[in-house]
Amino acid sequence: MNAHAGTVRGKERYRSGVMEYKRMGYWEPDYTPKDTDVIALFRVTPQEGVDPIEASAAVAGESSTATWTVVWTDRLTAAEKYRAKCYRVDPVPGTPGSYFAYIAYDLDLFEPGSIANLSASIIGNVFGFKPLKALRLEDMRFPVAYVKTFQGPATGIVVERERLDKFGRPLLGATVKPKLGLSGRNYGRVVYEALKGGLDFTKDDENINSQPFMHWRDRFLYCMEAVNRAQAASGEVKGTYLNITAGTMEDMYERAEFAKELGSCIVMIDLVIGYTAIQSMAKWARRNDMILHLHRAGHSTYTRQKSHGVSFRVIAKWMRLAGVDHIHAGTVVGKLEGDPNTTRGYYDVCREDFNPTKLEHGLFFDQNWASLNKMMPVASGGIHAGQMHQLLDLLGEDVVLQFGGGTIGHPMGIAAGAIANRVALEAMILARNEGRDYVHEGPEILARAAETCTPLKAALEVWKDVTFNYQSTDTPDFVPTALETV
Amino acid sequence: MKLTQGCFSFLPDLTDDQIFKQVQYCLGNGWAVNIEFTDDPHPRNTYWEMWGLPMFDLQDAAGVMMELAECRRVYGNKYIRISGFDSSHGWESVRISFLVNRPPHEAEFELVRQEVGGRAIRYTTVRRPAAHAST
Repeated sequence: MNAHAGTVRGKERYRSGVMEYKRMGYWEPDYTPKDTDVIALFRVTPQEGVDPIEASAAVAGESSTATWTVVWTDRLTAAEKYRAKCYRVDPVPGTPGSYFAYIAYDLDLFEPGSIANLSASIIGNVFGFKPLKALRLEDMRFPVAYVKTFQGPATGIVVERERLDKFGRPLLGATVKPKLGLSGRNYGRVVYEALKGGLDFTKDDENINSQPFMHWRDRFLYCMEAVNRAQAASGEVKGTYLNITAGTMEDMYERAEFAKELGSCIVMIDLVIGYTAIQSMAKWARRNDMILHLHRAGHSTYTRQKSHGVSFRVIAKWMRLAGVDHIHAGTVVGKLEGDPNTTRGYYDVCREDFNPTKLEHGLFFDQNWASLNKMMPVASGGIHAGQMHQLLDLLGEDVVLQFGGGTIGHPMGIAAGAIANRVALEAMILARNEGRDYVHEGPEILARAAETCTPLKAALEVWKDVTFNYQSTDTPDFVPTALETV
Repeated sequence: MKLTQGCFSFLPDLTDDQIFKQVQYCLGNGWAVNIEFTDDPHPRNTYWEMWGLPMFDLQDAAGVMMELAECRRVYGNKYIRISGFDSSHGWESVRISFLVNRPPHEAEFELVRQEVGGRAIRYTTVRRPAAHAST
């Protein structure tokens, strides 16, 4: 299937009229991507009767220089350089009618340090292209030269830990619940109880901004009273993610400045503010010693279905370039979508300096991060203390575990819920470091810790049967051996 | 107040046997083990006093335990912590840190609130004088 290039060259190439994309130079199976090329992997599902090579070449064309007809003005440019080149098309294993198309883009096609420009090129136009039934951006490879044009995470995992003075264990957080309706005064109470109880962080939810029941200044003021009280009561650094998401950049800057003035160590934004706004806030965070938390609000609208959209691993890569410090990346065991292998791929994108190709985790390329800071993944949504051994095993140590309901819903109160989570976590880390088989002995380790901790005992009892075992929709499609090239 | 800094402060104070195992874990990972002490455990006090240099190139946790015993003999009335330092590229910082000694009377902190513009408050965490600290 990859054998044949039919590129037309010279005068014939520029004769007015319509020409197949694969003959215009967007299908070059002999092309070897340069180390400096950006590479994108698309899952292409052509309409009935459309040649998969032509469909893939069209994706390359429409995401770079092509339009529907030949234009003579191509000849005023170094057109061959600027044409994206589809260089490989493979059938998707186990999915008839879909194809993985590898497309290489010259570095000069992109403005340095701009996710907006990158995404406008790669996903700007092609997703509505009529000859395609569906299209998904599965993965991307960024050359080091391009990576180095981005700031990257404002703080990074290591410096975040240094600022918080917390090492050797996952951080613990909770989202304040109910997420809508609490007044500032009541909201701060939840923050105080959770932090005093033993959590490191509390968090605003994605849709807590400035509503009639609680305007943002009120929330910030009460929350910072709670953070500082808890800090003095425990002798530990504490934080609360103050969500500065707002309708305009001016409003966001105003909220960020107020958070800083009150001494907050962290602020939060939602993915829906847009890539440029995210990059602006990342720069602000770097300038102002602030950790930047990103809630991936909205992502499932385009990441969840395998046939169409953008994979979350691509979003995670973009966000590491854009410069956020925290990113929600799934729990595997909780209430939200998350295949274990796919999630592992996201976590590696966040935390490693080099990602080797690993098809079983959905990583199609080697990716060198060139010492860009690491992002702290955040696991949130339907997790509780009784899963601590599984969480540690699946997600590792550099992660924020957020137990919202699992803290605030504790039968003995919020502080007790926090204590239960912290004791469960510390007991599990202690056991792991001692070399115990903590994954299998987990329930026993927790039960043992609960003997001297009534809140943990109560938590284990209340949530003992809670699991979310549903089929994942977003799983990697691969065959364990190398893909066959037809 | 029970100071809850470090990796294991919500568990009962570690026994020497438990400390030994954690130190061995650090050494097994190739981390340098450091003993530090202070009587100022303010949450923003980064630099505790070092009990000698970090112990690079050590194989056996027993060596750390000897140093710890000696540190406790001299500074048993202070906070002592053990940390594991990872010098590998991309980390080059502490990997784990936990308390191994508490003074007979723990530190207490209180908040000083300075009312500034509007309803904003500037917070300072200060040590409560020992005479007022609860025992």
